[in-house]
Amino acid sequence: MGLSFYIYERSKLGGVIGGGLQLFFSYFKDLVGREVTVELKNDLAIRGTLHSVDQYLNIKLENTRVVDQDKYPHMLSVRNCFIRGSVVRYVQLPPEAVDIELLHDATRREARGG
Amino acid sequence: MASEEESAVKEPLDLIRLSLDERIYVKLRSDRELRGKLHAYDQHLNMILGDVEEVITTVEIDDETYEEILRSTKRIIPFLFVRGDGVILVSPPLRTA
Repeated sequence: MGLSFYIYERSKLGGVIGGGLQLFFSYFKDLVGREVTVELKNDLAIRGTLHSVDQYLNIKLENTRVVDQDKYPHMLSVRNCFIRGSVVRYVQLPPEAVDIELLHDATRREARGG
Repeated sequence: MASEEESAVKEPLDLIRLSLDERIYVKLRSDRELRGKLHAYDQHLNMILGDVEEVITTVEIDDETYEEILRSTKRIIPFLFVRGDGVILVSPPLRTA
């Protein structure tokens, strides 16, 4: 069942979903619970705790606050949000949260023949 | 070169693989450039960079003289995920004299 291209439900182990490689999906799943800053393509930057992520790298943040609140007062009362993956420009990550060697190995394995 | 499957350079993404754990230059949309150490990437050119310097270039036009003034704003970010749809090109760092 699990390898259908039109699979809708999440694979339990974060395995093959839609046939694509899942390097960053797995990476972000490991980061759940961390403080990150998501910078959007419209220059809005939102800091919050990473609650969840999906195969499209859509992001759900909790306990959010906008980084430059005077410049972007739109979301002063927003504390949780869902961000569509396609509008993300950057995600600023906590450097200590990462095993760099693991990232390098995973990239070498997955990028080959991709 | 043909016998070693892993390090054979067959397609453009393989060229990027050669730069893993090296410093690279990335040109992005909206007149942005990044220089940082490449830690991870995928086929969409989503990337994770370390010790990144971001340069945003803007052009201001003087009201009177109509000359173009180039301004750059720089920012250092220790660890950054970059979404691939904003990437224009990836290269070893250019030597700016």
